Amino acid sequence: MALSRLSSRSNGIARPFSAAFNRFISTDTTPITIETSLPFTAHLCDPPSRSVESSSQELLDFFRTMALMRRMEIAADSLYKAKLIRGFCHLYDGQEAVAIGMEAAITKKDAIITAYRDHCIFLGRGGSLHEVFSELMGRQAGCSKGKGGSMHFYKKDSSFYGGHGIVGAQVPLGCGVAFAQKYNKEEAVTFALYGDGAANQGQLFEALNISALWDLPAILVCENNHYGMGTAEWRAAKSPSYYKRGDYVPGLKVDGMDAFAVKQACKFAKDHALEKGPIILEMDTYRYHGHSMSDPGSTYRTRDEISGVRQERDPIERIKKLVLSHDLATEKELKDMEKEIRKEVDDAIAKAKDCPMPEPSELFTNVYVKGFGTESFGPDRKEVKAALP
Amino acid sequence: MAALLGRSCRKLGFLSSGHGARRSVSTETGKSLNLYSAINQALHIALDSDPRSYVFGEDVGFGGVFRCTTGLAERFGKNRVFNTPLCEQGIVGFGIGLAAMGNRAIVEIQFADYIYPAFDQIVNEAAKFRYRSGNQFNCGGLTIRAPYGAVGHGGHYHSQSPEAFFCHVPGIKVVIPRSPREAKGLLLSCIRDPNPVVFFEPKWLYRQAVEEVPEHDYMIPLSEAEVIREGNDITLVGWGAQLTIMEQACLEAEKEGISCELIDLKTLLPWDKETVEASVKKTGRLLISHEAPITGGFGAEISATILERCFLKLEAPVTRVCGLDTPFPLVFEPFYMPTKNKILDAIKTTVNY
Repeated sequence: MALSRLSSRSNGIARPFSAAFNRFISTDTTPITIETSLPFTAHLCDPPSRSVESSSQELLDFFRTMALMRRMEIAADSLYKAKLIRGFCHLYDGQEAVAIGMEAAITKKDAIITAYRDHCIFLGRGGSLHEVFSELMGRQAGCSKGKGGSMHFYKKDSSFYGGHGIVGAQVPLGCGVAFAQKYNKEEAVTFALYGDGAANQGQLFEALNISALWDLPAILVCENNHYGMGTAEWRAAKSPSYYKRGDYVPGLKVDGMDAFAVKQACKFAKDHALEKGPIILEMDTYRYHGHSMSDPGSTYRTRDEISGVRQERDPIERIKKLVLSHDLATEKELKDMEKEIRKEVDDAIAKAKDCPMPEPSELFTNVYVKGFGTESFGPDRKEVKAALP
Repeated sequence: MAALLGRSCRKLGFLSSGHGARRSVSTETGKSLNLYSAINQALHIALDSDPRSYVFGEDVGFGGVFRCTTGLAERFGKNRVFNTPLCEQGIVGFGIGLAAMGNRAIVEIQFADYIYPAFDQIVNEAAKFRYRSGNQFNCGGLTIRAPYGAVGHGGHYHSQSPEAFFCHVPGIKVVIPRSPREAKGLLLSCIRDPNPVVFFEPKWLYRQAVEEVPEHDYMIPLSEAEVIREGNDITLVGWGAQLTIMEQACLEAEKEGISCELIDLKTLLPWDKETVEASVKKTGRLLISHEAPITGGFGAEISATILERCFLKLEAPVTRVCGLDTPFPLVFEPFYMPTKNKILDAIKTTVNY
């Protein structure tokens, strides 16, 4: 609610802090061109230009949404430590630029499918904080009705196909979605995200071969955070140039900490996929947390490395500098924005905590299509405990 | 609440080995070890005793996610203990090849839930190698280790019990230990067995189960079930971590005057039919319990076989107390699991049939 005020142009009511925001309300439509931090490295294609078209509205949006994602992940960290989130929790902080840049380049008709580090992608696809925290805490109001948990977020109306636990298994699925899009002439593409660990799975290459053979609008995005759990990429892959691994499939290496580079690359990839077929994007990114909440993240990399990336390449800091240099807001305004975000996250958590757990009967629902009617027995085998609905 | 109960049940220390008659190991003392340390010791001994044995899998170099492989890389070198990339199919296939050349390949699959990409290699390559080559080749030196089973918060993909899939494949063996002392002996037997073996380790017991484990090299024979608790009224058969729960139920049943006989199957394929048959002929009743979903679970095989062999001696239908026919749930784990109370209910119903 606080955030929507920022994008509302004129509500006619003078409020103490919206007065401070007055100036960028009038600069909403101003186009801004931003140079990406690094040039793109291409394989079998011509790299897109480093100049990215944007607007002040988009710049502020980026800052706000990424700060929201960051705060959400940090809050999830505390909730996990407080044992309100059980099971597994894989956090995305540090990689926000990939989620946000991708969203900026595509529509909700384009599909995204990813692995288990999916909280921020879900948010980018239009998911609400309430759904996120409810699902994390296993409550009814969660996006998967509390039955999936951290690793299984889905949003059908935004073409977000989840949320998968088995490494690499989502990529052939994504290529199948792309096939359906092409078959139905939807003029949409599918982004199948995976990590540097999954890049060594055989099923990836099977899916790539099929996509290339049939010119499917599939974009394989390797979110290379350089560590497959605790294994550094150079210890797992003969060739850590994941954008080249497609061999006959073109690829692009992108600075994954630069939201605008990601946006440009995804736009380029979408155009390519619709016209010519699959393409691989390698996002050079980094995660601050360990692989999951059970991993401290410091046994296989030095604290200096982590703080170094945080200082030099943090995606939110980069956007913040751009916002300030383009005079779209002052430091104080941005800090106020962050405070509002903090409050919004806290409110969502409080609301989710009040939400009930799923009914016990939900254990049996949706195993099969409704009405299939298999029985599931209680302990004595005589009394039918439940017929699978 | 049920979850707490379940967890505290497991914490209650762990089963004593019953009969001394079968092997002397059960009465020996040793060092107090938990499950992952016992397995670690077994691996150290295996690598020490055979210079052509290797341990590999994801993250085994630093000790593995459950610490089962600690110290191996340091002691035996990175040429014998090494990490693989994230590709289960590749890892197992690689292990089969290594074993085919006369080596002992000890493969670790990080969680049994991830074993399915390797399922083709195990079923179609490993299990049939000796058979289809007319005994020219074999991959008997292959042992696949995987942590299996519920752990309290594992959810869909860190809690599965896939033993039933593998029990359906002639050509491999499937072994599941119940405790640290058993695990060390069984694992050494599996590694030295001239057939490919899949060894499932109950992950819940990695830290929770603590037992006296003899420090020397010893092997526990495969395909021999053990009667770990004697009784006259009903036979209970199980394996792995589930036995702890079953023993709780046996103790409760005893308070109500029901004398239960508890059997640890240990090897599921090929399983010791004679021991179970002898027991059921004595008691006339059988209850099988496992975490895996009931339909098509290994309990069905035991039930059918016992029915064939003991039909006239049975006083009541064979009963199975197992996981439900749903994917392994997240928040619903306490409802899904075959808990002590479910087993107790089934014992009473069967005895009062």
